Amino acid sequence: MRLPAKAAHSNSENAPFFEGTENGHLVLPKCSVCDFVIWFPREICPECGSQEVAWFEASGRGTIYSCTVTRQIPGSWSKVTPFVLAYVELEEGPRVMTNIVECDPESVSIGDPVEAVFEEAVHRDGEPGSPLLRFRPISG
Amino acid sequence: MSIKGKAFIAGIYEHPERHLPDRTLPQIHADVGLAALADAGLSTSDVDAYYSAGDAPGFGVLSMIDYLGLECRYLNNTETGGSSYLVHAQHAATAIAAGHIDVALITLAGKPRTGGAGPGGSGRIGAAPEAPFESQWGMSVPGGYALAAQRHMHEFGTTSEQLAEIKVAASTHAHHNPHALLQDRVTVEEVLESPMISDPLHRLDCCVITDGGGAMVIVSEAVADSLERHSIPILGTGSYVKSSQSGRIDLTHTGAVKSGPLAFAEAEITPSDIDYVSIYDSFTITVLITLEDLGFCERGSGGQFVSDGNLQAPHGGLPFNTDGGGLCNNHPANRGGMTKVIEAVRQLRGEANAPVQVDDCELALAHGTGGSLATRSASSTMILGRSL
Repeated sequence: MRLPAKAAHSNSENAPFFEGTENGHLVLPKCSVCDFVIWFPREICPECGSQEVAWFEASGRGTIYSCTVTRQIPGSWSKVTPFVLAYVELEEGPRVMTNIVECDPESVSIGDPVEAVFEEAVHRDGEPGSPLLRFRPISG
Repeated sequence: MSIKGKAFIAGIYEHPERHLPDRTLPQIHADVGLAALADAGLSTSDVDAYYSAGDAPGFGVLSMIDYLGLECRYLNNTETGGSSYLVHAQHAATAIAAGHIDVALITLAGKPRTGGAGPGGSGRIGAAPEAPFESQWGMSVPGGYALAAQRHMHEFGTTSEQLAEIKVAASTHAHHNPHALLQDRVTVEEVLESPMISDPLHRLDCCVITDGGGAMVIVSEAVADSLERHSIPILGTGSYVKSSQSGRIDLTHTGAVKSGPLAFAEAEITPSDIDYVSIYDSFTITVLITLEDLGFCERGSGGQFVSDGNLQAPHGGLPFNTDGGGLCNNHPANRGGMTKVIEAVRQLRGEANAPVQVDDCELALAHGTGGSLATRSASSTMILGRSL
């Protein structure tokens, strides 16, 4: 079953990330001073304090840093258990919280290679929002 | 300037109830605050500083100072989740050491068992800059800690049986606490057979949900000397916020790697000197990682350390959470830091439940963890002595 897809509320600071997901791209901020790839998306470098940030397209590939199959949870997610909550380590360095989809939840392991998928999301009022960044196993 | 020996815990109180549908939140703050003052032999007119966190309703400490009828020249609403009350105690001890105040009251209250809005306010959390990148993936509180547990198991070979040993020790202690929500002893097998919530955490790896609260009173040496009750000196404190590490989070340690050494250095002792520990136990994995971080065992060896009854009072190598902790006794307002300090004070006073009272308990450590191990968390460590 498809996981809940509640659209995030983007703002002027993180808008390039969400413009990327709308077009099926993973766009990340990078510090213009020290080249650090910043996560979560923001216009300040947590490594050097610079507010000079440039946005670039990442590969969308990574490996699973940690994952858990959630089997009991309150609210709307209770309808989609079991599902996989995970941290994926991107090729560019950041570890991002996400779900692993398009797979048997029982088959997912730490270290597995994965790639980004962009799933349609909606706001509470039913209006379409920027797609969510999720990941699926890279087969083979 | 060190705070060592400058401030004393003179009064403590843990609300004895675990379900309080008919008490308002301000009433519970008042119930525990007044009782902690009475425990110290003081009253509201003695208080010159007040501390609470996001569980203080309305305008926080401003509303509660007015409600309680206090006259305060020092106040603090620091919010770090469940560790808030240890941070408050550190700030109170610092203010006392600087000579600004003499009597600080810290209160905690909440009603999550009854239900309704949690402390902190979801509106404020929803406006956090990280929210669009963390709130869309179905991370429950157990789910987040499960991510930490999975990674610890992956890197170090930690097992579910070892995590269960922590619950077994807590239940053995809660068996002697007539106020504990869960008073039955459980076995490793029973933990493993309880329903899986989020792999690898079972229901019995998770803490309880209770109404209630607690309070403590921290005083200067002059006030402590004037009281009949023996006050417990604060020997060292340390706090540290472990951020999400610029998006390179390591899930296998907490901010206790920094807060612990700060507290030990101030107290001028080492982990091997400690007779009793109160360790924040939102989940079994929280205890295991924290014990490693504080230096009671090597990084990655927490699983072995908690096995074979090592945490069980009174004769284990390092008795912990002798009230039954958050895992079995009480986790008021979904915040466990206050009760950690309270049980450490009981041990040092020799007032723990008799079967779990540690012999000759001279030095104790209380530790709180707030936020989530899966994202960002605030650790706060306090070392207390029976005497200076």
